Amino acid sequence: MASLDRTARAFLLTELISGFALTLKYMFKPKVTVNYPHEKGPLSPRFRGEHVLRRYPNGEERCIACKLCEAICPAQAITIEAEPRDDGSRRTTRYDIDMTKCIYCGFCQEACPVDAIVEGPNFEFSTETREELMYNKDKLLANGDRWESLIAANLHADAAYR
Amino acid sequence: MPIVKIDGVEMEVPAGITVLQACELAGIEIPRFCYHERLSIAGNCRMCLVEIKPGPPKPQASCALPVADKQEIFTQTPMVQKARKGVMEFLLINHPLDCPICDQGGECDLQDQAMGYGFDRSRFHENKRAVPDKELGPLVKTSMNRCIHCTRCIRFATEVAGVEELGATGRGESMEVTTYVEHALSTELAGNLVDLCPVGALTSKPYAFEARSWELSKTESVDVMDALGSNIRIDTRGAQVMRVLPRLNDEVNEEWISDKTRHAIDGLRHQRLDRPYVRRSGKLVEATWDEAFGAIEAKLKGLDGAKVAAIVGDQCDAESMVALKDLMAALGSPNVDCRQDGAKLEAGARGGYIFNAGVHGIDSADAILLIGSDPRRESPVLNARLRKRHLSGHCVIATIGPVADLTYPAERLGAGPASLRDLADGKLGFFEKLKTAKHPLIVVGMGALARADGGAVLALARELAEKVNAVRADWNGFAILHTAAARVAGLDLGLVPGEGGRDVEGILDSCEKREIELVYLLAADEIDTTRLGKAFVIYQGHHGDAGAHRADVILPGAAYTEKPGIYVNTEGRVQVGQRAGYPPGEARQDWAVLRALSERLGKTLPYDTLEQVRARLVEVNSSFALLDRQAAGTWGQFGKRGAVSDSPFVSPIANFYMTCPISRASQTMAECTASRRQLMAAE
Repeated sequence: MASLDRTARAFLLTELISGFALTLKYMFKPKVTVNYPHEKGPLSPRFRGEHVLRRYPNGEERCIACKLCEAICPAQAITIEAEPRDDGSRRTTRYDIDMTKCIYCGFCQEACPVDAIVEGPNFEFSTETREELMYNKDKLLANGDRWESLIAANLHADAAYR
Repeated sequence: MPIVKIDGVEMEVPAGITVLQACELAGIEIPRFCYHERLSIAGNCRMCLVEIKPGPPKPQASCALPVADKQEIFTQTPMVQKARKGVMEFLLINHPLDCPICDQGGECDLQDQAMGYGFDRSRFHENKRAVPDKELGPLVKTSMNRCIHCTRCIRFATEVAGVEELGATGRGESMEVTTYVEHALSTELAGNLVDLCPVGALTSKPYAFEARSWELSKTESVDVMDALGSNIRIDTRGAQVMRVLPRLNDEVNEEWISDKTRHAIDGLRHQRLDRPYVRRSGKLVEATWDEAFGAIEAKLKGLDGAKVAAIVGDQCDAESMVALKDLMAALGSPNVDCRQDGAKLEAGARGGYIFNAGVHGIDSADAILLIGSDPRRESPVLNARLRKRHLSGHCVIATIGPVADLTYPAERLGAGPASLRDLADGKLGFFEKLKTAKHPLIVVGMGALARADGGAVLALARELAEKVNAVRADWNGFAILHTAAARVAGLDLGLVPGEGGRDVEGILDSCEKREIELVYLLAADEIDTTRLGKAFVIYQGHHGDAGAHRADVILPGAAYTEKPGIYVNTEGRVQVGQRAGYPPGEARQDWAVLRALSERLGKTLPYDTLEQVRARLVEVNSSFALLDRQAAGTWGQFGKRGAVSDSPFVSPIANFYMTCPISRASQTMAECTASRRQLMAAE
């Protein structure tokens, strides 16, 4: 009985037809692929991408060198050195993130009491050399300036759930 | 002894202690801010509330309540918990939420206890109190908004440091801790205020924002800034020494350390010798170890041992000293001396050069005589101990020597050796007080011994001690207060001129007369280097100070934080310091440098490892086998009877903050010096 069934299917080309039917069906459905890099998929406001260091609206850097992010970082990717600035305030003299060590867990932004270090929406920061992935304070602050509007919007969107 | 019941467990406790101490004995920790073991009881933070039966139906402050028989103490009842939470909420009302920028963060009592008793939000909607910061000198940074009015700092300054400069003005919310008229604190123990402050109101100024407590690796070590041998903990981050904190040792430094001990460490970052140097045509040029040893070898070739001399510095570890001693013996030189300042101490009877009574012996002394010593400058922590003895009463203190503000009253019997002679002859009234005292203590400082007639003064002091019966089987009240951390170890190891050898004075004289052609300075900088004449000078040390400037060959060594070393303090207590980091560049541990040099010279020293060097130490003097305890000193006929001069005793330390190459290279110590000068000028 089973061999009869198999023979009938083979001669009637049912599998081939159902395959073509599926293809035909998808031809009329909206496409799910995007034309990356010209098109990009949607990102959650909680997306954890490239790190930035933010500033206050008046241009003052937010980071106060409390070193909580350095302490919590499970990959020990963050290195901070601090000393009193000329006006006596506590600031970093060095804020390095080794992006090759980072596991993008987001603990640093959770630990930050002033929302200074944030993992922004940028995920396109591949480089040709490893050295370029050793981020320093200037690079992180520049990132912050570049992505501030998006990050602020993301934080605002997510604030209700925190 | 009263029997109390603590949380349902019955136990017997010593009479007269407080409820808090009783709970501590029972292993129950009571939260506290104002209570401190070594300060008087204030009872003003109210954090240590417990429930007591019988008693009023309200919680009571356990720190200020003596235990009584049949008392029942409850530390975990709902009433206690509620009371503590209430106190914590009140404390946090005016405390700023600036833990992220506070240097106390991570080691803060308030932070820790708020985790246990704090509330996660504030019910206080008014404005927080704002208090202007105070200027307390170059070591203590203030942030008075954070102050919780525990008054530990005030009590420390008044009781332990003996400077009644801190106080509180105002009441309640407007209470402020202040110096009234703003000025730097005039104490050598100011750094301890930072340790005492349970919150971040007083933090260390030189260490401001430098590191977090959790980043530091901790190494237990021994201080070499003075001869007390304070027990310290060295905190390092990477290769850098970030701070020094005291370690508890009731027999030595209790839990205090001096400002120099704590803050001279930034000198370890400057002026370091990190590679060998050789002088070529008048100029020191960088060299390799091989070239440096080659230069020494060439100079030593065919040189008679009697023309070689060695002077040992004040901060050397015992290992390097024994290596130098053995090397000099191998070279046939009797000219070795560890007494840079020319103190007329002898290496013979140990009782003649140690603080026999022990630092803890001060606590039981009832008549104290200071001869040629200003302990406040020579060892501030020991001076605090003397003050503590004065405060506990029934103790008379007198001095013969420089006029000094010791922070406690001391009768001044005279200025120089003549007064000492009178006293020894029983012509002064204090003689009777010493004689009738149960535990008389006679402290002889370097101001009395580092002079031409030092030997005669030492003999006089011994005579006095014997006359007043200060040296008995059960008590030895004869005490030498050294200023150099390496001195007792040096004398223990016999680093004094051998047969026909010359002492420091003799070595310098012979250098001028060209009788000595090679001088080995083992970190010795406190000599007059201009008197070294044309001698070939080898300097082995860690800082580019006086010795290195004059040197013909520089061998870079390690500072006390960079080598494991044995130090013997003024009591003769052998203590081990661990290595907290590595010496910079090509510098090496000092004994290893001497060992390598000896091999090059064909007189290989018989040890290859630290353990073997330490075994050699014990071989030379068995007292090195007894760690962390004071070996009793043998008594003998030390000192040289003879005429004494009329010149007054002068303390060897003119500026407390700068006494060694490390503290001279320290910027913080320079600031302290300037601040102290300013303070003196203002007075």
